Amino acid sequence: MIPSYGPRAHADHPPFSYAAYRSTAKRSPGLGLVRIVQTLSEVTGPGPIWSECAVEDTDLTTNAGTGTPAIGQRSIVTGRVVDENGAPVPGTLVEVWQADASGRYAHPREVDFPAPRDPNFLGVGQCKTDAEGVYCFTTVKPGPYPWGNHPNAWRPAHIHFSVLGPALTTRLVTQMYFPDDPLLGLDPILEAVPTHARGRLVARYDHTVTSPHWALGYRFDVVLRGAAATPGERVP
Amino acid sequence: MRPAGQTPFQTVGPYYSMRLSGPGQNVVAAKEVANRVRIEGCVLDGDGKPIEDALLETWQANEKGRYRHPADDRAEVPLAAGFTGFGRAGVTPATGEFWFETIKPGRVPAPDGSLQAPHICVVVQGRGMLAATFTRLYFPDEASANEQDFVLSQVPAARRPTLVAVTVPGRSPPAYRFDIRFQGPRETVFFDF
Repeated sequence: MIPSYGPRAHADHPPFSYAAYRSTAKRSPGLGLVRIVQTLSEVTGPGPIWSECAVEDTDLTTNAGTGTPAIGQRSIVTGRVVDENGAPVPGTLVEVWQADASGRYAHPREVDFPAPRDPNFLGVGQCKTDAEGVYCFTTVKPGPYPWGNHPNAWRPAHIHFSVLGPALTTRLVTQMYFPDDPLLGLDPILEAVPTHARGRLVARYDHTVTSPHWALGYRFDVVLRGAAATPGERVP
Repeated sequence: MRPAGQTPFQTVGPYYSMRLSGPGQNVVAAKEVANRVRIEGCVLDGDGKPIEDALLETWQANEKGRYRHPADDRAEVPLAAGFTGFGRAGVTPATGEFWFETIKPGRVPAPDGSLQAPHICVVVQGRGMLAATFTRLYFPDEASANEQDFVLSQVPAARRPTLVAVTVPGRSPPAYRFDIRFQGPRETVFFDF
């Protein structure tokens, strides 16, 4: 049986063009998207085979392999990957990348600003979800960093997430933010998300995840597109 | 419990290559595979300038038209050893170009029972793109299959040529150029599915 997926919920996603995030002006489709019927090409995708081949790498505080742990607020980031019907997405690869505690990226083209780079932090990890869709990383909380979008622009602390999911249709790249960050309301990339859906990108502090004498815990669930509801069927 | 709704997209940003595009991921078919083809191009912004930090992902069937995926359970169409059908390429900042080495996929079935023309699904992301865009690459030497294609038929006729790659003359293995344009008179068709 070939699956079919419910529609992309455009009202929940940012628009392609958003004036306050300036570089979207020239990098967004000028004409509308062309709606097509899903075929085998869209309901298959690289998720299953790519996840199968991947090796887990879940501790960003040590995976630089220098023998010295990264500096910063040690944090456990966990959550579930589910589809919009609430079904877990098991065995799928979650890939993350982020700045170090000072807000510096281990990337040759990063924004150069006078903050110390942590030589013991690569800022990358990957994890496969378990049977319940659960993933878990140990990392340090990234720092905010300045960018050139507007005067005195700073990105709030965030972790980039990439999830392939079961099909091309479920492909998702997003960013996780931290609660109580004063920069959240000042960031055009987050503000581009419609108000009602913005909170879905902000992790919750979860004291049951916090590990005594070790690390603070954050919970961030990811919701992918799910199976299309058959007409007349009640989705649980 | 039913969740509140889909997690919103955010831009992949300029630093995706830290995690998402390791060396060799744009070589979808290994060197020893016969019938290799090369796909190359630029991602062009609204001013027609190459975007220096775009990320492309490709998904395709094998030469026989089978996807390596549980939803494609047509056992009568063989899988190809070592071929996943997935590619990733970051644009090379210095040149603004991306390239893939792969094979031309076979034809896969459409929901109406027809066979789709050979195509490669392409996902485009980058800094300044708040969400991924999805398009398809078709081949210029498949005119009659393209004419009948289930998906191309849903695209306004005047815009269909934006989805057909262009043969680069005199190259071996054969090379196809596929420039992706975000705006302007030849704007690439991006899909909603």
